[in-house]
Amino acid sequence: MSRRSLLGAGGLLAFLLLWEAVARLGVIEATLLPAPSGLPATFLSELTLGFWHTMVLASLNHYLIGLVCGSLLGVAVGTAVALFPTADAIQGWLARMLRPIPPLAWIPFAIIWFGISETAAAFIIAIGVFWINYFTAYAAVRTVDPDLIELAASFGHRSLFARLRKVILPAAAPGILSGLRAGLGQGWMTVVAAELFGITGIGQRMNEAAGLLATEVVIVYMLTIALLYGISDMLFVAAQNRVLRWQR
Amino acid sequence: MAAIVELNRIGATFPGATAPVFSGIDLSIERGEFVIVVGASGAGKSTLLRVIAGLLPPSEGTIRHAIDTRADRREIAMVFQEARLMPWRRVSDNVALGLEGLDVDRAERDRRVAGALKLVGLANYGGRWAHELSGGQRQRVGIARALAVDPDLLLMDEPFGALDAITRQTLQDELLRIWHETGKSILFVTHDIDEAVYLGDRVLLLGGTPARVVRSYPVDAARPRDREHADVSRVGAQVKSDLSTLFEGGGGI
Repeated sequence: MSRRSLLGAGGLLAFLLLWEAVARLGVIEATLLPAPSGLPATFLSELTLGFWHTMVLASLNHYLIGLVCGSLLGVAVGTAVALFPTADAIQGWLARMLRPIPPLAWIPFAIIWFGISETAAAFIIAIGVFWINYFTAYAAVRTVDPDLIELAASFGHRSLFARLRKVILPAAAPGILSGLRAGLGQGWMTVVAAELFGITGIGQRMNEAAGLLATEVVIVYMLTIALLYGISDMLFVAAQNRVLRWQR
Repeated sequence: MAAIVELNRIGATFPGATAPVFSGIDLSIERGEFVIVVGASGAGKSTLLRVIAGLLPPSEGTIRHAIDTRADRREIAMVFQEARLMPWRRVSDNVALGLEGLDVDRAERDRRVAGALKLVGLANYGGRWAHELSGGQRQRVGIARALAVDPDLLLMDEPFGALDAITRQTLQDELLRIWHETGKSILFVTHDIDEAVYLGDRVLLLGGTPARVVRSYPVDAARPRDREHADVSRVGAQVKSDLSTLFEGGGGI
């Protein structure tokens, strides 16, 4: 193990020990801050009762639908707007007005439009993911080197489709992929909040447990989110490195 | 010898500008001829290449191409000052850029890419990425990419301008060898007069506002040439003197 990862493991261990000590010494009441040593048992009971995988699968479902819709639309609209000056002019004020609205502010309308449903949760996730991808794709396409577009034209690739395929999309790929990755994280941030109002998933289970002061259950799901985010980000970066292997 | 491309009173105006960059340019390039364009910066030398390449429509005049059109080649290919390689493509895929969209099957494409790379001395570099190459190698790839489409006319826009002196001389000699081996016509823009008279059969001086062909200089020195040969340096001295007169007097020679 390198010195760096040793220190990293040390930092994590010290944090857990301090947490355990604070909980055991009764500095803070157990319901306010449960000791980490009790978490594995809580996790096992959530697992054997069938809650854990039900909730994780439900959340994954909202997350993936919201992520895919938000990413596809964000990249497509952001790219189109960057390509056509008229569309660019039209979107200017509109985007400035809609973008600052936080995804969670859409919850009332999500419920009015879709009811307390899976679609409502996916919708809220999609909104946050959409804006991130919209702006990164827009910037990435706008900054494609015009010399390369001229080069492709001089070798016969002049149609919009040829320009997109031969130059714009590959040249904008690093930017677009970094937007997709940021959206991937943003989606996990939103998923819990989107489920707080009663849609089956990790957020709903956390809300339930909090109401019963079962704080160790809350922590199990907090760590679950961290784990899911870590895994999805790791898988994405592996795929990203493959696609962008031309960058040294 | 027959003219491969003929410009008749050609002029070009930048979008949004009122005055043309150049105007009334007559130029005919013979098959296999090596023609050089020199001139003050801003005289529209690069723009002239873009008009001939069809990247920019002329604002006046006509262009007549007398070159044979086939579905498996492009009549005109361009080499730019910055090599303009696509960093996400390997060297061989960069060379294949112009073949995509032509009626060329996979095997033929590979064969032509390999042939072009061999011609520029990079036979074993097909699998490299652009960032793994030196400036001179990148420019060789740019030349291979143009040769791969088997053009009649090669348009070269200051292709060696950004290279160090030694690499520039090497590539000049390589280009002469390739020109000799392939018999392509070349229209070559440079601001380096020594390069112009060493390479060209004919040097055109562009100047004035709007720019026009101020003078044409035949270079009669036998090939292979010696850079120091009197026939070469005499023409060079003449071009340099005319160019500085242009700068001082604003047009009249």
